[in-house]
Amino acid sequence: MQATSRTFKENAHRALRDADLQVALAKMKQGFVERRALAAARLPEFEALRDQGRAIKDHTLAHLDFYLTCFEERVTEAGGHVHWAVDAEAAQDIVLEICRKAGARTVTKGKSMIGEEIAINEHLARHGIEPVETDLGEYIIQLRDEPPSHLIAPAIHVTTKQIAASFRKAHRDLDPARALEEPRTLLAEARGALRDRFLKADVGITGANFLIAETGSTVIVTNEGNGDLTQTLPRVHIVLASLEKLVPTLEDASTILRLLARSATGQEFSVYTTFSTGPRRAPDLDGPDEFHVVLLDNGRSRMLGTEFQEMLRCIRCGACLNHCPIYQSVGGHAYGWVYTGPMGAVLTPALIGLEEAGHLPNASTFCGRCEAVCPMRIPLPRMMRHWREREFERHLQPQRMRAGLKAWAFLARRPALYRLGARIAAKTLGLAGRRRGAFRTLPLAQGWTMSRDLPAPEGPTFQAQWRARGGR
Amino acid sequence: MSEGRRTVLASVARALGRDGPDPAMRAELEQRLAQPRPNLIPGRANLPHSQRVALFVEMAREAAATVAVVRAREAVPEAVADYLRRENLPPELTIAPDPALEGLPWSSRPLLSVRSGRAHGSEAVSLTHAFAGIAETGTLLLRSGPDAPTTLNFLPDTNIVLIEAGRIVGAYEEAWAMLRASGAMPRTVNFITGPSRSADIEQTLQLGAHGPRRLHILLLDAGPAA
Ligand code: SF4
Repeated sequence: MQATSRTFKENAHRALRDADLQVALAKMKQGFVERRALAAARLPEFEALRDQGRAIKDHTLAHLDFYLTCFEERVTEAGGHVHWAVDAEAAQDIVLEICRKAGARTVTKGKSMIGEEIAINEHLARHGIEPVETDLGEYIIQLRDEPPSHLIAPAIHVTTKQIAASFRKAHRDLDPARALEEPRTLLAEARGALRDRFLKADVGITGANFLIAETGSTVIVTNEGNGDLTQTLPRVHIVLASLEKLVPTLEDASTILRLLARSATGQEFSVYTTFSTGPRRAPDLDGPDEFHVVLLDNGRSRMLGTEFQEMLRCIRCGACLNHCPIYQSVGGHAYGWVYTGPMGAVLTPALIGLEEAGHLPNASTFCGRCEAVCPMRIPLPRMMRHWREREFERHLQPQRMRAGLKAWAFLARRPALYRLGARIAAKTLGLAGRRRGAFRTLPLAQGWTMSRDLPAPEGPTFQAQWRARGGR
Repeated sequence: MSEGRRTVLASVARALGRDGPDPAMRAELEQRLAQPRPNLIPGRANLPHSQRVALFVEMAREAAATVAVVRAREAVPEAVADYLRRENLPPELTIAPDPALEGLPWSSRPLLSVRSGRAHGSEAVSLTHAFAGIAETGTLLLRSGPDAPTTLNFLPDTNIVLIEAGRIVGAYEEAWAMLRASGAMPRTVNFITGPSRSADIEQTLQLGAHGPRRLHILLLDAGPAA
């Protein structure tokens, strides 16, 4: 997809004025946050499991050369094929080639963020192959022709009314006068419409939550069962996965699985966790004849060994989105590309470049909630800061901010001057904002105050208070 | 395609600053894979047998599955027929071609029509046989094979699963050990916890998205030995 991350600010303003989106986000904030807290509290070992999850991924990344080739060997032994894709275009070509060889006309798809990342739907459609999303949320946004707005709830921004409108347009063979107000009728209609697609598809494409080096298995985690129909019914199963999905053993995957659902939806466990190893065995009655795994790099190996390596531990649970005050106010589309929220703010610049996505690492209040809930203990705020530093070094910052930071640096090296300036500023702002206790707007800071209020300073500066307390 | 392989692996090697692991490290890593060791297992999975079975039932019900206890293998057809009647479902059943299911006394329920095989899409009810049950989250483990087609787990509206109480373990790791002991990894291993669901429409949880709307577990438990 074409990234619109450059216009993050404009996107965000639009989102703040979108009443339907604001209702959806308010609901999300309550639901996800509460359920995750309950699920974590119910498992006394949750924090210790987070430490182990982190250690497993760190170990795997440190030995990624070994585990990648090992995984490839096991997939081949089981009768499957591994394809290596340096970038999105290479992955598109590989998938198209497999589909062509299979004589595919339609392809069903389970939810896959890698599929979004490499824009596989557009590519297949351009070449006359029809892709059909089967995850309910993905199906809805495919009909609406828009990208997902949340890692695990891709259509979280869409209202029942809008879904009904899309269904009426898409399902033309059904009675136009039918009632479509209830979520229940919408679900039943989608189930019916997709059933036929599942049974007739030539190729099924899924993502992978894990790749297991020990067995050469790929793992998907879903609640709907669409991923399983996608990968069981067609003759060919293609798995799209990025390098960092590897873990060594089934035991390691199990440890991280204990964190995934609890962090994502607050469930004890997702409904379906499926381990696929090679194609169907000769005497099996069902399952695909061909099994292909496309291993995508697309910039990830370049993150290894850098200050962004830890991002490769991400298991795409969405907890950092759900707990992020920025995501909670603007939703996913504002981020302008596939990955959103704090994880998107770190990952997107690494994958499509700082030039495109330089605004995203600024979409943070540095409140630290994302890191506090991240099951893999990824230091998201720190990595956003790294991006900001890089951005500053590259002089991509707007003129005014660069001047402001230079002035601050000048003062910071001259403590007496700094104290004086801070005292004057605090006094002035305190007097000017005395009445409301906050500013609706401030000169030079309209961008900041347009959608939030700046509290007016109360009392003496931090440094003055620090001195008064004898430095304690 | 092998060029892509070379490029990706070279880039990984550059980042790790080495040309593959040295022999000692390789041996250690291979050992880690050959003898997989469990990591931390939650305390709740560590229970004596009877409490483990009780936890399995409790967690499965919490995930919206229904559970009925059957005292003897011969009583399974009756339990199936009862369930179908209670739920107003047609007396038609597709069962996995597993001797443990095919060998049941179906003729004792002449009104029940029983076919054995995979699912094609029109089947209303399936009966499958779990390889293991995992108490910590009320999860069933089913594996694919000539006697266990995967389509039965997903296409029918209602999935009935038979599990022997003796196959219920505490943690996922114990189920892996059982599976490894039984032979090579099958094409598909399904962990199933409750019936299919979705919350994709305005965050409202609904059962029966694409997989079964109902998951009914028949727990074969002869009870405490006399
Ligand atoms: S960064 Fe952490 S919290 Fe965010 S999606 Fe990834 S694993 Fe989940």
